[in-house]
Amino acid sequence: MAPILEIQNLYKNYGSLEILKDINVSIDSGDFLVLVGPSGCGKSTLLNCIAGLEPISGGRLSIGGQDMTNVSPKDRNIAMVFQSYALYPTMSVAKNITFGMKVRGVDQSTQETKLAQVAQQLQIEPLLGRRPGQLSGGQRQRVAMGRALVRDPMLFLFDEPLSNLDAKLRVEMRTEIKALHQNLGASMVYVTHDQIEAMTLATKIVVMKGGEIQQIGTSSEIYNRPANLFVADFMGSPAMNLIPARTQSNDDGTHIEILRKDGEPIVLTDQVNRGLPSDVILGVRPEDIADPKMRGGGNVQAADCIVDIVEPTGADTYVVMQLGGKSVTARLHSETTAQPGKTQRLAFDLGKVSYFAPDTGLRLN
Amino acid sequence: MTDLATSPARGQSQSVRILLRWSLYIALGFFVMIYLLPLFVMITTSLKSLEEIRTGDLVALPREVTIDAWLTAWSGACTGIKCEGVRPYFWNSVLIAVPAVAISTLVGAINGYVVAQWRFRGANVIFALMLFGCFIPFQVVLLPMARVLGIIGIAGTIQGLIFVHVVYGIGFTTLFFRNYYVTIPVELTKAAKVDGAGFFRIFWSIFLPLSLPIIVVTVIWQFTQIWNDFLFGVSFSQAGTQPVTVALNNIVNSTTGVKEYNVDMAAAIIAALPTLLVYVVAGKYFIRGLTAGSVKG
Amino acid sequence: MTKWLEDHLPKLMLAPSFVAVLVFVYGFIAWTAWVSLTRSRLLPKYEIEGLIQYERLFASPRWDTALNNLFIFGALFIVIAMALGLLMAILLDQNIRTEGAIRTIYLYPMALSMIVTGTAWKWILNPGLGLEAMVKGWGFERFSFDWLVDPDMAIYTVVIAALWQSSGFVMALFLAGLRSVDGEIIKAAQVDGIPTWRIYTAIIIPSMAPIFLSAFIVLAHLAIKSFDLVIALTGGGPGFATDLPATYMYAMAFSRGDIGQAASSAMVMMAVVFAIVVPYLYSELRAQKDD
Repeated sequence: MAPILEIQNLYKNYGSLEILKDINVSIDSGDFLVLVGPSGCGKSTLLNCIAGLEPISGGRLSIGGQDMTNVSPKDRNIAMVFQSYALYPTMSVAKNITFGMKVRGVDQSTQETKLAQVAQQLQIEPLLGRRPGQLSGGQRQRVAMGRALVRDPMLFLFDEPLSNLDAKLRVEMRTEIKALHQNLGASMVYVTHDQIEAMTLATKIVVMKGGEIQQIGTSSEIYNRPANLFVADFMGSPAMNLIPARTQSNDDGTHIEILRKDGEPIVLTDQVNRGLPSDVILGVRPEDIADPKMRGGGNVQAADCIVDIVEPTGADTYVVMQLGGKSVTARLHSETTAQPGKTQRLAFDLGKVSYFAPDTGLRLN
Repeated sequence: MTDLATSPARGQSQSVRILLRWSLYIALGFFVMIYLLPLFVMITTSLKSLEEIRTGDLVALPREVTIDAWLTAWSGACTGIKCEGVRPYFWNSVLIAVPAVAISTLVGAINGYVVAQWRFRGANVIFALMLFGCFIPFQVVLLPMARVLGIIGIAGTIQGLIFVHVVYGIGFTTLFFRNYYVTIPVELTKAAKVDGAGFFRIFWSIFLPLSLPIIVVTVIWQFTQIWNDFLFGVSFSQAGTQPVTVALNNIVNSTTGVKEYNVDMAAAIIAALPTLLVYVVAGKYFIRGLTAGSVKG
Repeated sequence: MTKWLEDHLPKLMLAPSFVAVLVFVYGFIAWTAWVSLTRSRLLPKYEIEGLIQYERLFASPRWDTALNNLFIFGALFIVIAMALGLLMAILLDQNIRTEGAIRTIYLYPMALSMIVTGTAWKWILNPGLGLEAMVKGWGFERFSFDWLVDPDMAIYTVVIAALWQSSGFVMALFLAGLRSVDGEIIKAAQVDGIPTWRIYTAIIIPSMAPIFLSAFIVLAHLAIKSFDLVIALTGGGPGFATDLPATYMYAMAFSRGDIGQAASSAMVMMAVVFAIVVPYLYSELRAQKDD
């Protein structure tokens, strides 16, 4: 089967300014693609290009196997939910949802059936007679979803749909969107700057920066094997620790030497990854620095560290220390005995670490 | 309201504060009087007989109220050779203002919609060029416009004046609508495009229903401008097609016969009445137009 | 084809207005500028002859008077209108119960045609029957107020009428400015024990600098364009005593049949407006871009 969405060598310029450079992505039916990146990375522009709201400067784009590069938004068989919801302010909720059908000349009875169906699905029946101005943020969000659902399109597009909601509602709606995706089996492209939203929703994540794709992969691929320093730093909270280190190949494995402010450097031995250059950046997630009692196994190495700050958060306790000239965070269980200023023995799970080249920032292992 | 007025001033005795309050009211009242005086004088003078005007006091109420001057001003006063009052010219002004206001408002709405919501490369430059057109002294276009009107064959006609007012009104009407539509998120247009609506459908179904306040502001602004215009009226009209402002000026400055001040005043009030009425009924929108037209420019 | 039309419809809709502005504003300015460099008199000629029209213009005593009047009128009108407007705005900002009504009264002259304003003041300032006669009638036989017919003073009557017409508008601008000052700053100043008049002079008025600029631009613009008021009030007289560049231009264009002089005087007016408005517009547009 042809991919639902296929983008090949897409470029987008504003004058001499390159907004998107050589974008190649494709998704299959039922995929939930999330475009994630910091503001200004081009993710929203890419979504607008997919929708046909922005012309592209180069490359091709097809939806459902049909070339859509120069097709108007209305003929692309898509529906879109916007950050500001973009509800038509002078129309009632019902009219907002049926406007698209009305424009397309769908007959009255079909309109009503579909409206009733969508309203029931989203539980917005009591709101149908109201104007957008009389709705709460969450209700507007639902109406915007309803307007997209009623189209029953080949591809749903979401442009940061949750960013105007408060934190609690955002988590609720996130779950609902996920449920909706599972129930409908629909194909979706979703833009967000929130990496947690990206991780929870996506079947496929595209991490972008400066108009270029940094990595494409599943949540776990992106999280566990980031392709470069940018992805490593951007995805995950608290962020991955990126510690400058020196390496030396020995018979028992690669010795990794991390400098400390006072005292001997820490030396860890990675038995798996060999043939690394002498200068690397060691990337290790906070949860992969643990209490030695809690973590054992082949490639785990313990070392003594001096704790600077202890931050209990309830379920976990974060411990911050200085290693290789950087603040390094470890995620320990809440009953840890770590004390500020005291030495704490910590286990580094070398089976899960990433190595990056300091100059190019690219992944080495 | 800044909070200054309501807070108790320290170190002031009660009597000083009352004194200050009174002088405040006296000052405000003095200005009110100054502003009302000319209108008051106009009205009372228009209701007096010529005899009473010569012997009486400028600010005195009429001893005997007569509407003769109003009747003369409406249908008998002389503007040069003809003596038909301001009536035909009043209708000229209506015939000029109504279509000119309607057309320039419509064109401004479409222009503002394009510039604010369908941004394309160069749209802002075009808008800046239009905006600048609002500020030129119209003297600089009088000569060529007179020739062009002649070439098109509408010199000295009502249509000619409508044309001139539309052309030089577009800058302001575009400015009004552009500044209004620019506050509406572009996402609304995008959503409607995805929904399948085109340029006119989006304008008609989504933007026009939102536009009532700005339409009112623009119509009032344009009506006031066009009704009160004198420069274009006097430059591009001929006997029979003059607007009311030109006729009023001709009546007041006609040198033949006895100076009838009461008729002058009645004619002036008649000429002022439509815009005055608009101001009283929709002052809020009038002020909004004034400030938008001058501050935002 | 339909796709092309769809994509270009917005441009097509804007095009007629764009062409109209290009022709009727910029084309006409160019035409006037061109003619101002020729020997045109009754009919336009198109051979460029240099600056002779401007030489004639600046040699003309009538233009000299007009330009002088513009500076006198403009300076007095702008300064007094701003001072009065600010004063009235501050007075009205003192929690006055009837503020709405008073504001309406201060502003209504702005809705009137300048011709109406001129007509009204011409009557009031009429020495024989107006204000002067009234005060004499009260017993002050020696009172004299004949500025309207005094060539040295007539220009000030134009100032009076223009102030009456426009100062309420300046008041409205300033009042809006006073109200837009951050309330927390004022509260902080009050907590610091700063007296009310100092709050005005040290905090509120300085923060209104952009409004002063706007008011200045609007008033200067009004002053340069002033035409109707002079025509209705004094007709440019006595003699040419109250001529302004606008009335000079009109007289040359339509009564004297001297197109060259009309064009060159219009261009000088244009230059004055340019000098004031262009830097303002430029900064405004730039500020908008930075948003």
